[in-house]
Amino acid sequence: MRVGVSWLAEVTDVADGATAEDVAAVLVRVGLEEEGLHGGDVSGPVVVGRVLSAEPEPQKNGKTIHWCSVDVGEEEPRGIVCGAQNFGAGDLVVVSLPGAVLPGGFAIAARKTYGHVSDGMICSTAELGLGEDSDGIIVLAELLGAAADGAAPGDDAKALLGLDDRVVEVNVTPDRGYCLSVRGLGREHAHGRGLDVATAFRDPLAGVRVPSAPGERDVVLADEGPVDGRPGASRFTARTVCGVDPSRPSPWWLRRRLVQAGMRPVSLAVDVTNYVMLLVGQPLHAYDAARLDGALVVRRARAGERLTTLDGVERALHPEDLVIADGAEGARAVGLAGVMGGASTEVTAATRDVVLEAACFDPVSVARTARRHRLPSEASRRFERGVDDAMAAAASQLAVDLLVEHGGGTAEDGLTDVGGPAERPVVSLPVREPARLVGVDYAPERVRALLEQVGCAVSGGPGAPDALAGTAAAGTGPAVGAWSVEPPSWRPDLQQAADLVEEVARLDGYDRIPSVLPRAVPGTAGGVVAGGGLTARRRAVRSVARALAEAGLVEVASYPFVSPERADALGLPDGDERRRALRVANPLREEEPLLRTSLLATLVDVLRRNVGRGADDVALFELGSVALPAADRAPSPRPGVDRRPTAEEEAAVRASVPHQPLHVAALLVGARTPRDWEGRGRSADARDAVELALLVGEVLGVPLAAVAEADRPPFHPGRCAALRVAGGPAAGAVVGHAGELAPRAVTALEVPARSVALELDLDVLLGALPGPPRPGALATYPVVKQDVALVVDASVPAADVEAALRRGAGPLLEECRLVDVYVGEQVGEGRRSLAFSLRFRAADRTLTGAEVAQAREAAVAAAGEATGAVLRGS
Amino acid sequence: MSAPNKDFDPVQVTPLDAEQVEGAVADALAAVAAAGDLEELAAASRAHGGDRSPLALANREIGALPPSAKADAGRRMGQARRRVADAVAERRAVLEAERDAAVLVTEALDLTQATSRRPRGARHPLGLLVERVEDFFTGLGWSVLEGPEVEAEWFNFDALNFGPDHPARQMQDTFFVDPPEDGLVLRTHTSPVQARALLDHGAPLYVAVPGRVFRTDELDATHTPVFTQVEGLAVDEHLTMAHLRGVLDALAVAMLGEGTVTRLRPAFFPFTEPSAELDVRCPVCAGTGVVAPDGGAAARAQGAATAAEEAASTRADDPAGEGAPCRTCGGTGWIEWGGCGMVNPHVLRAAGVDPERFSGFAFGMGIERTLMFRNGVQDMRDMVEGDARFSRRFGVEV
Repeated sequence: MRVGVSWLAEVTDVADGATAEDVAAVLVRVGLEEEGLHGGDVSGPVVVGRVLSAEPEPQKNGKTIHWCSVDVGEEEPRGIVCGAQNFGAGDLVVVSLPGAVLPGGFAIAARKTYGHVSDGMICSTAELGLGEDSDGIIVLAELLGAAADGAAPGDDAKALLGLDDRVVEVNVTPDRGYCLSVRGLGREHAHGRGLDVATAFRDPLAGVRVPSAPGERDVVLADEGPVDGRPGASRFTARTVCGVDPSRPSPWWLRRRLVQAGMRPVSLAVDVTNYVMLLVGQPLHAYDAARLDGALVVRRARAGERLTTLDGVERALHPEDLVIADGAEGARAVGLAGVMGGASTEVTAATRDVVLEAACFDPVSVARTARRHRLPSEASRRFERGVDDAMAAAASQLAVDLLVEHGGGTAEDGLTDVGGPAERPVVSLPVREPARLVGVDYAPERVRALLEQVGCAVSGGPGAPDALAGTAAAGTGPAVGAWSVEPPSWRPDLQQAADLVEEVARLDGYDRIPSVLPRAVPGTAGGVVAGGGLTARRRAVRSVARALAEAGLVEVASYPFVSPERADALGLPDGDERRRALRVANPLREEEPLLRTSLLATLVDVLRRNVGRGADDVALFELGSVALPAADRAPSPRPGVDRRPTAEEEAAVRASVPHQPLHVAALLVGARTPRDWEGRGRSADARDAVELALLVGEVLGVPLAAVAEADRPPFHPGRCAALRVAGGPAAGAVVGHAGELAPRAVTALEVPARSVALELDLDVLLGALPGPPRPGALATYPVVKQDVALVVDASVPAADVEAALRRGAGPLLEECRLVDVYVGEQVGEGRRSLAFSLRFRAADRTLTGAEVAQAREAAVAAAGEATGAVLRGS
Repeated sequence: MSAPNKDFDPVQVTPLDAEQVEGAVADALAAVAAAGDLEELAAASRAHGGDRSPLALANREIGALPPSAKADAGRRMGQARRRVADAVAERRAVLEAERDAAVLVTEALDLTQATSRRPRGARHPLGLLVERVEDFFTGLGWSVLEGPEVEAEWFNFDALNFGPDHPARQMQDTFFVDPPEDGLVLRTHTSPVQARALLDHGAPLYVAVPGRVFRTDELDATHTPVFTQVEGLAVDEHLTMAHLRGVLDALAVAMLGEGTVTRLRPAFFPFTEPSAELDVRCPVCAGTGVVAPDGGAAARAQGAATAAEEAASTRADDPAGEGAPCRTCGGTGWIEWGGCGMVNPHVLRAAGVDPERFSGFAFGMGIERTLMFRNGVQDMRDMVEGDARFSRRFGVEV
């Protein structure tokens, strides 16, 4: 909502000399956030001038300019070049003299043009920031009418035209519909200054007299489809003004205020309705009476009905849309109620008789219609937020008065007024409630006074029974009892005690609220985190992130949006469950409507960006969730919220939310250790990805085992390992995969060749978390080291050999590490030698040579049995 | 060598002559002192302390002495040999130290030659900042919870008192999962976890909820459609807005440093009543709205009683003020940090908590914005593009 400071000052006391900044600061205090300050950006000498002569001078380019002599109140007239044609000698105009600065930082200086030195500029409305109209320059008599009479050359035109009036724009929250008016802002401004509204605020509706006689135009409220039981229109007024002169323009000051508010002047009838709407918040509509046929009927749209709205768009109406109709039994829709009028009854340049509508429409009905037709309007914005239902007749009267004053014509004596204001609910406010919620001990009389400032009717108080509950006050004394509060008609948002408490706190000032650190009850989130603190999941995220960062990877976060083609680029086969993705109905980018089912799907974009910016060696990781919808997704139910949902309802809502496991993914390309003076460095390869995956398991205390996996796009079939939980109850569960990206995927994703990656499901790992580690006693007896070299078929995974060795060696084996891999003539074609270093130790004694030899032999035998391994050289 | 002096003939044995012995010792000490390295020392030691050395030979003659002279000669010879041995040991220590020092010199390395054996990684600053917020709340004894990013509309809106047709529901530029009738959205805030937590655990409850949230904003320097929030929720008997302010003040100090000033402004959120916006005084311009040409905060207004007064007294466009309007706060001296308020009784009721017995407060902060003014990040795009250079500038601390 935008309003000029001068207009606001008409309805409320603005401090002497207050700037727009001061006004904005006052409004911020009561909850109206400053959106911006506008205008007032004309400085320097801008004066009234009289054109003494204007010589037309045709130019080679076909234009005709005027070489003017202009009296600007100085001894000598100034010579000024002007290209406009709409003026002549004798006219009073507005002249910017050298040194003036116009909106947009346009500095005026004497300059040579068309063979003259132009010693200033004759201004148009657009050049002064007064509106769009740039059809020539300003002729003051035309712009201001009678108001121009006293002006003389040399007068300050900034004051005359209100160029120094600045506009305050505030953001109005959805609960404060009444602040979409100067009336509402004026009241709030008084609150913000802590002034008594009875004296500091002048309600534009106060003292407006409305006719009591019935009006000429019949109105029928015939809503047969109320939304949630509320009628579409609770009140509808109509008033006819005849004989308006369509050639009369809106007065300058009115147009100026509309422009300041961000609206475009159209015609007197329309401008007046908009002006009154801005002033008091009541949307009005003007019909051409001659084009209306009979009674106005308020009803729901009929099946297949169409309406062309004022914006020229023909719209197919929905049976829930509320329309205004005329004709026999309301056959013809002439407007979308509370949203936009129809083209067929629009006022035109020929309209002399006007019917003014001021009505009160249901917020929900208007909101749905505006949304359905994507037609947010000034009217719908106000109705959605709730319009004061007591002011329709008075607002209509304000508009009638303006129309008659500036357009001539006669208003009918009567007023059609159907329906009426709703009964006000009474809200019970326990006397202790403001202190209970705010923590400030407001005196009871202060609470009453503040609520009365807001416009509430307040009764009861300390010791009074709770009117709503109908109970007697329990006990006596100032701390018991309740206020009975009837909110004013312009505050439909005040519905419960907490709403009134906010009014008290807000008007008293939030800065009066003390700062007290509460003592929490640790671990109140039940069994989730006994004793408070982080969940296992949050702890895991920290451990994994830090471990990967310390391993040299850089954490990034990518958007979860992907294109459908990404699944093809990753090489996912038809039917792969990662192809089953949620789709966003209104995506930011049409080409990326899906939600990722794997982190790698979006992490590759980040890799590409880094490479594109010149990085050669990139090692990235991301921790985030992916969305894995079930194949048969049921709609999410929306149970009522006036009570706790039943267990079944709650379970159904929760079950409708798709599975979203927490993943970790990493992507590496280029050197793991870069080339430097020590050597050629080392490129990241698939083993790095596997080692990092194993590291993730290690830091969480869930050892993982890598198992060859030949069929897991986007990975290389020969260079991919599945990571499985190595032990415990969850043993064998697949946690994720690591390896090199398949060449095809590398090409399709446009990432560097030999990129390696991993992606793990941390929720699976979290499910396998062991309890607290139990280290046991540390053996201090001597260790015995033994190496074995085993020759196996080249296709046998080293991990299988190692596992068999461990199994066979038994409990005396402390450590088993692969220390050499040899392929060559000595072991024969298709075979390889794997050397393992074994360490044996007993917890309770020094091992004998015989014991160690026996364990070693058993290990070798087990490996032989499981993998066909034979001791090298045997 | 003389024959054993069996006859106890007091014959003086020449090699044991005091002068001769002294001479041999002197020779030995001179040879030891002259030894230039350990090899020469070994040779000198052999020559003057070995089996064939003059002193060793003289020692053998003691047996030839009469018993009365044996003790005296033995003592003298012992002293003489010890002097030589001590001299050798002393010289050896010196020579060994010299040798060791020489070896260390030859082993010296130029350790200024930088290596790159260990790749350096980094955390994303947003994650680090979230952790700091979590640590603040766990320090207060609160729990940290999470919730799903794709969320039921019921949790995201209905349970939080957003009526189905209320304009506030449209305020939040929501991403809907297709088809929209199915009632799934990308959560527009972390607040749905309020309802989940209250349903799960009831009151009393003290929880902080970090997470990613989504709004249909285009990415630019100050907006991102995917951003991070941290939500706080406390529900208990006797909680008031004063407690809300207490927590926020402490959080502001923990995140932005000692002396951080806050203010509450009336606002509207469907799920809180009363509601407020939390502002913090701009740390860049110290609330003056103006930065000096050198980029520092302009001199603070003197004698201002409150922060608001102080800020109001020097607006950005105050013609008397020196310097440029502060870009961080847009010249207002204040930065919007988050929304907050007392939990609306409707929300408590929908989660099965009795609003007459319990009251509570809730708040939510944007972590990206916090990073912007806390760490002076100028462009939000740096936080979402994943350029590794950005994360690296933070390392593992923020």
